[in-house]
Amino acid sequence: MSSATIEAPASAPAVPAADKLTKKILTADHPTWCPGCGDFAVLAAFYKVLEKLQYTHEKIVCVAGIGCSSRFPYFMNTHGIHFIHGRALPLATGISLSRPDVHVFVFGGDGDGFSIGGNHLNHAARKNVKLTYVIMDNYVYGLTKKQTSPTSPQGFKSKTDPTGAIDRPINPMKQLLASGATFIARTHAAQVKHMVDTFERAILHDGFSVVECLSECVMFYEGSFDDSTPRKGGTYDIIDETQHDVKDDVAAYQLANLPSPGKFGVFYETRQPTKNALEQKWIDATQSKLTGMSGKDVLRKRLEIMR
Amino acid sequence: MSTATAPVSASSPATQTLRNAVIRLAGNSQDGIQSIGGFLARLAGRTQHDVMTYMTIPSTISGGPSIFQLHLGSGHVLTAGDESDVLVAFYQHSYNDHISVLREGGICFYDSGEVKEVKNERGVHHIGIPFTAATIEAIGGSAKDRGKNMFVLGLLCAVYQLDKDKLSGIIERQFGKKDESVLRTAMLAFDAGYAYPIGDMGTFNFEEGEHTDEHRISTDGNTIMSMGLIAAGVRYGAAYPITPWSGIMETLRSELPKYGGIYVQAEDELAAVSMTIGAAYAGHLAITGSSGPGLSLKMEALSYASMAEIPLIVVNVQRGGPSTGLPTSVEQSDLMQAIYGSHGDAPRIVLAPQDVEDCFYIALEAGRLAREYSCPVIILSDQALSSRIEAFTEPDLDKHWVEPTLDISERDADFKPYPLDKITRHAPPGTKLAGKYPHVSGLEHDEHGHPAGSPKMHTQMTAKRRNKLIDLSKKLPLPEIYGDKEGDVLLIGWGSTYGPIKEAVNRLRSEGHKIGAAHIRHIHPMPAGLDRLWAKFKNVVVVEMNDYGVYGHGQLAMMIRAAYADPKIQSLCKTDGLAYRIREIVTGVEKVMTAQ
Repeated sequence: MSSATIEAPASAPAVPAADKLTKKILTADHPTWCPGCGDFAVLAAFYKVLEKLQYTHEKIVCVAGIGCSSRFPYFMNTHGIHFIHGRALPLATGISLSRPDVHVFVFGGDGDGFSIGGNHLNHAARKNVKLTYVIMDNYVYGLTKKQTSPTSPQGFKSKTDPTGAIDRPINPMKQLLASGATFIARTHAAQVKHMVDTFERAILHDGFSVVECLSECVMFYEGSFDDSTPRKGGTYDIIDETQHDVKDDVAAYQLANLPSPGKFGVFYETRQPTKNALEQKWIDATQSKLTGMSGKDVLRKRLEIMR
Repeated sequence: MSTATAPVSASSPATQTLRNAVIRLAGNSQDGIQSIGGFLARLAGRTQHDVMTYMTIPSTISGGPSIFQLHLGSGHVLTAGDESDVLVAFYQHSYNDHISVLREGGICFYDSGEVKEVKNERGVHHIGIPFTAATIEAIGGSAKDRGKNMFVLGLLCAVYQLDKDKLSGIIERQFGKKDESVLRTAMLAFDAGYAYPIGDMGTFNFEEGEHTDEHRISTDGNTIMSMGLIAAGVRYGAAYPITPWSGIMETLRSELPKYGGIYVQAEDELAAVSMTIGAAYAGHLAITGSSGPGLSLKMEALSYASMAEIPLIVVNVQRGGPSTGLPTSVEQSDLMQAIYGSHGDAPRIVLAPQDVEDCFYIALEAGRLAREYSCPVIILSDQALSSRIEAFTEPDLDKHWVEPTLDISERDADFKPYPLDKITRHAPPGTKLAGKYPHVSGLEHDEHGHPAGSPKMHTQMTAKRRNKLIDLSKKLPLPEIYGDKEGDVLLIGWGSTYGPIKEAVNRLRSEGHKIGAAHIRHIHPMPAGLDRLWAKFKNVVVVEMNDYGVYGHGQLAMMIRAAYADPKIQSLCKTDGLAYRIREIVTGVEKVMTAQ
């Protein structure tokens, strides 16, 4: 890249040119997704955001569970871990709490996030763990080839609902608002600029940030998001933040209640202390009473009490 | 244990000197009998005496019958005792349920305000004392049920001529943290019990314990295992509450901040193991734990940890199963679950501590093995070890302390997370890599962690994960044989049966049999060449607290038979939810010898 040969101004952050994050450096295996899959655009948008943020390369960790979208870490040349179905969030919690120096990104689909891992979404949100979670929602189970997902609309015909989905789908925005997530947004894989901006805001949020990103499965649910795709005759209606107060959860709930295709953008954002910060506060308070003692001294004193 | 407790000398007609004594306190769970036991156990540690306790707790939320049994002595105490020398009965039901455990000629103190019917048989000395009324009188009214435990403690202190000053000191330290009036009330009740006239039954004292310059501590298995985990370098982990595991997570939650660590209460067992794997992947030694049903819930993630070769420690404090089973009773029925309870070929290391003291050292070993072999290490403790108190030498931290390290030093261009010819050493996040960044994966993968499910790769990687354990089995020392090195029967045990098996060996040898015992701490892999242990014995009896099962053998016996196909390996099992009594083992072994 040409920028590698340009000397950075003295005042700029000291990112050695060779370590500059570029799409080329960030690219790993060629994605295994089907041609036309919305997830390609999500990956491309994520490269763009990282290029913009220029985080230290080795401090980036990509975490995923199971599903088509959960293959994401393999396509990123960063530290990456591909875990089990539905448990990416607790795994990422373990990384985030024990390694405040790294940036934790979690990727997954609607099955991983809202079905098998639904409980973890609620709890990671209420704990306000510092990480960013992108849910690539395609309203269908793709990796297992077309079964009903928790976001499939009623009437959607799948291999597990041959006459059309019977159960009501969950409303991700309403569920996330109820869970206590401190940054909640909705975007669309066909709206690259909006996606990049939304990801960036989510990543810069100090707390648990979650973005639902509609990402079409062209194999098993083609046309699912036509009503929010302008070039297919739909409307992409972005929340006007001069009219919507992102700190107002009741207003956010009303936005979430709008019928499909609904609104896009930041529904809710609030500053709350993270679990990371609160745990560190407890550690600092505890350790301030033990000044001058090594860990071994502390344990020795504890054992002495049992004499 | 009438033989062991017989007076060895009588210094005056009124005072007998004892080597050891078994005291059973029977009441309800809210009576505070556990605290009496705890005070006496701590005193034993401080006066160079040995101690082992045994308790039952009802699984009800509050109330219900409960016992606390203490075996105090000047020699090495290996069990909580088959029979008791003294029974303290707080209620009629306590009396009715436990009088049969009192040895012939034993002493029964009972609350004469509660126990109305006593059986005058087997030469038992009955001494009725109005615990409740006398306590109310001493502390001046209201607190009806509070304080009678302290009254009984005072009484026992007088009867056994225990070191009153040291005991008062221990009580003060316990209650001193609370409101001053709590301590005053406790001491009033204690003094009243101490001064209560018990007539002409005489008193006892213990032989002096063997003096040692080492400090001794008294505590339970869950507490000392938590300390062992900290000493091993554990700073992170997560868990979900379940009995009898919870004590460890509570201790780690409150202790780890002192060391800069965090223990997380997770929303469920699956999240708990996942968070712990997250911390382990992040480069730390991390620990999760649970009891039987919770371990089952963790199984999918444990297979992942085997596949992705993540080092982590998993503690399973076993209880009676299956399902909710007997949540406050002891059983060793999770051995197969620990070794094989996951999908796929998922090798992991399984260890079992043999007594409370060993809970510290097994935690250290688990930490070392998890790091060295980069795989899950399961520690199988049990309900008995978790709650019983023993006195033992304070661990030498200068020798055992492991300072935690986070290795994020830069790796070479040829770094591979899963080399076929070496044990995996992960490069945690934050590690700068000259080459490609590694992927940690649950899919079958190549050496770089990329999905690669070819027949050849899966065969090679499966072997890589298994061969680590074979390597370990060759490095493990054979357990030492206690008692005879050849003869009629070799007893093999694991976990908390260590004490009763040793005592059973002593008793059988005193009856003229040639008996040895070996205790296995490394359950999986077992030390290679285990069959050398029993080459010179006619029979092998594996003693376990689990079921004979469809094929007539307990779980460890099944493993050993599968490995060595030796028909002389037999089983002695039981499933009553109680720790082994010595005579149960003696009878079982005698049956095997008679069948010859």
